[in-house]
Amino acid sequence: MNPSSLAVRCQNVVKVYDTGDQKVTALNGVNLDIALGELMMLVGPSGCGKTTLISVIAGILDQDSGYCEVFGEDLLNMSNQHKLNFRARNIGFVFQAFNLLPALSAAENVSVPLIINGMKRAEAERKAIAVLEQVGLGARVTALSSELSGGQQQRVAIARALVHSPRLIVCDEPTSSLDHETGRNVMTLLKEVALHKDRALVIVTHDARIFDFADRIAEMDDGHIVKVKETRDKAKG
Amino acid sequence: MNHIALKMLMGDRGKYLGIVMGLTFASLIMTQQPAIFLGIMSRSYSFISDVGLPDIWVMDAKVQFVDDIKPLQDTELYRVRGVSGVEWAMPMYKGLLKARLLDGTFQTCNVIGLDDATLIGGPPVMLEGTIEDLRRSDGVIVDIDGAQDKLGKPSPIPGGKPIPLKVGDSLELNDHRAIVVGIAKVTRTFQSQPVVYTTYSRAKNYAPKERKLLSFILVKAKQGQDLAELTRRIRATTGLAAYTREEFATLTYEYFMHNTGIPINFGISVLLGFIVGAAIAGQTFYNSTLENLRQFGVLKAMGTSNWILLRMILLQAVLVGVIGYGLGVGLTALFGYSMRHTILAFKFPWQLLLFSGAGVSLICIFAALLSIIKVIRLEPAIVFKG
Repeated sequence: MNPSSLAVRCQNVVKVYDTGDQKVTALNGVNLDIALGELMMLVGPSGCGKTTLISVIAGILDQDSGYCEVFGEDLLNMSNQHKLNFRARNIGFVFQAFNLLPALSAAENVSVPLIINGMKRAEAERKAIAVLEQVGLGARVTALSSELSGGQQQRVAIARALVHSPRLIVCDEPTSSLDHETGRNVMTLLKEVALHKDRALVIVTHDARIFDFADRIAEMDDGHIVKVKETRDKAKG
Repeated sequence: MNHIALKMLMGDRGKYLGIVMGLTFASLIMTQQPAIFLGIMSRSYSFISDVGLPDIWVMDAKVQFVDDIKPLQDTELYRVRGVSGVEWAMPMYKGLLKARLLDGTFQTCNVIGLDDATLIGGPPVMLEGTIEDLRRSDGVIVDIDGAQDKLGKPSPIPGGKPIPLKVGDSLELNDHRAIVVGIAKVTRTFQSQPVVYTTYSRAKNYAPKERKLLSFILVKAKQGQDLAELTRRIRATTGLAAYTREEFATLTYEYFMHNTGIPINFGISVLLGFIVGAAIAGQTFYNSTLENLRQFGVLKAMGTSNWILLRMILLQAVLVGVIGYGLGVGLTALFGYSMRHTILAFKFPWQLLLFSGAGVSLICIFAALLSIIKVIRLEPAIVFKG
């Protein structure tokens, strides 16, 4: 793969958690490349290291050894401030439990990444409303998260992950709290709105119902990538 | 990010009100109890404050406070008048005498005897009559609180309020007739006994026969005279104690501070208010942060720095602190205002605002510090935990 077309390059990444009485190896020499414009799914049994890997890729957890480059930048050797700025500009997050701020309206929630990046509140909210319209929630911009259904909350979370135009979006089980139809709708939305040639999506999931949305699926087990397979559509394409 | 911090704080109304109530309680206790304490302590020297004209009070060297009367011989008055720098010196009698009321009961009164000629040392405010009316036969002036309550005439209705003593009414002071010729307003004293003013010679007549009856000598310094120097000169010349008005008030105040349990009792109340307020507000604020920990984690993952999170928590602490402090101080002021006509002692100087403000600030700093440590140590990877 051409390095300039890579969003993420992980080489021999190791992460060990020290729980006091024992050490748990969460990542044991992971090698993975994710290309720009690609939707990569990480799958595998619980405890295999998927969440640790996306935490390292998203720059919110430091690996113990190995190399992880995101858009050509080595996250481990960045200063804290540089890493914060890098995350604020380049990473969008979608969580299993949505993690919306319950006291904020949908528009305010979506505007948070823009405010973190220094945009004025009014302008950030205007832009947030535009993105909410894009995800089909133009009529619910003032609703609190408690007033939205699970699917709507996840759409707000997707809008929040997209609003500052990050180049990498990491999603942790984005459909596991949703019913089948809503889950597929969310994935369709993610693929249509979030994915384009300058951006990559990494999705950790157990949900086999959505595997067909992936370009490639990396199977993990015991801290390793055991297999990376292209999906049928991608292989055909 | 400030509006996000405030919305996170107020998002849970119950917790938000809990924090504010805790701080309000702490602020109320830390303001109201010292205000009552200061009110009580200021009553200890209120008599000195009421006697405005003299610069210096002269008394027996062993006197410890204003009610600690150790009488002098009348000749001491002339010795003081002979000290250079003294413009004038007047006698004053102060003693506790029993008044016999119409229903046959007795009431102890604080009887003040003023110089017959000048009537210096009289009540600060006359409500009825004039100070000169004391020159009328058997004339006494009674303070309004005493006249309306403890010296009042028995109510015709059993258990009813006493009928206030009026000008022209009489009472019996140590078996001597006294006619009320005026009603005065005086600052309540520590003992809260009725205050009865009369002339020095008449007071000596009312008082049990003793060789010495002169309680204080009130001195006015000549113009331009240094008061500290004059008090030293009076002490050196007469062997008596001489204090400026402020010194005598301080002597009295410190006697009560050191020889009564009042400061300790009020100190315990204030400390308890501080501890309970800190416990309620601190714990609720910290719990609120713990419940918002995942939200702080999300903000951290999205690129918010520790410094901005710290500012957000400080803003939350400052807001609840200001609201709680304002409510507490406001309630204290309301309490003081509503009690202004009662017997309750209450003094609310501006320094007390600083004192309780410092206490509430400490509680907020404590609460914020606990939360800040927790948030700064927070790993943003928490956001991916289920």
